[in-house]
Amino acid sequence: MAEPTRIRAQVLGGKTTVRILMNHEMESGHRKDGAGKIVPSWFIQEVSVSLNGKVILDADFGPSVSKNPYLQFVIKGGKAGDKLSLSWRDNRGQTRTDEASVA
Amino acid sequence: MKTALTQNANRRDSLKQIASLACLLACVGYSSFAEAAYNKAAFDSKSVNEAIKFQGAGSISESKEVLLNAPDYAENGAAVALGVSTAMAGVRKILILIEKNPASLAASFEVSEWIEANFSTRVKMSQTCDVYAVAIMADGRALFSKKEVKVTIGSCGA
Repeated sequence: MAEPTRIRAQVLGGKTTVRILMNHEMESGHRKDGAGKIVPSWFIQEVSVSLNGKVILDADFGPSVSKNPYLQFVIKGGKAGDKLSLSWRDNRGQTRTDEASVA
Repeated sequence: MKTALTQNANRRDSLKQIASLACLLACVGYSSFAEAAYNKAAFDSKSVNEAIKFQGAGSISESKEVLLNAPDYAENGAAVALGVSTAMAGVRKILILIEKNPASLAASFEVSEWIEANFSTRVKMSQTCDVYAVAIMADGRALFSKKEVKVTIGSCGA
């Protein structure tokens, strides 16, 4: 099972900056292993972030996104204690959801 | 989205907006992982132009309003930090594309009313090439800015 996603969200000047670090190999499907065989692609395809249960961001990734994807975005408003939830699904159909509070 | 619809007096434009709204709704869906949401055609595209077209854009033009924050040199192509932002109103989607990667489109972000059109992430780059930041507007225009990032050590097959 994949490691937890790290989520940090801070209110500053009426905006909330969210920083996310997902844990995923993000294999591109172009890399070869030691034996010269292509390592099959394995990457996060869909990311969904909700604030207090409402979806605020939908993102799609291709295999070009780095290993352990980093994502930063800005919420208009937001306050300490708001609940953030992030879900991802990869091309093998595995999913993971993590939650954090706005600080 | 609703205000954009009512503001528009021109019927043809209204129809276009209805179409784009329908597309948007179809893409977003109610469950966060609707099966139709992942735009495979766009992510499989080999060229920047093709990928942008598959994301539902009409005309494509360069714009200074789209800001791309990218390094001049990337020592390691496995993780190149990129930032894209724009202060324009009516942005539907933000795309990040890497021209010479096996598939150009790296990521797409849906801009909702609760967030700003301002995203940062890290991407893999197989070689030195142009990085594109694209804002797809509610009216179907695609506005981009680009910057060449020189890669010293390419990612092993981005």
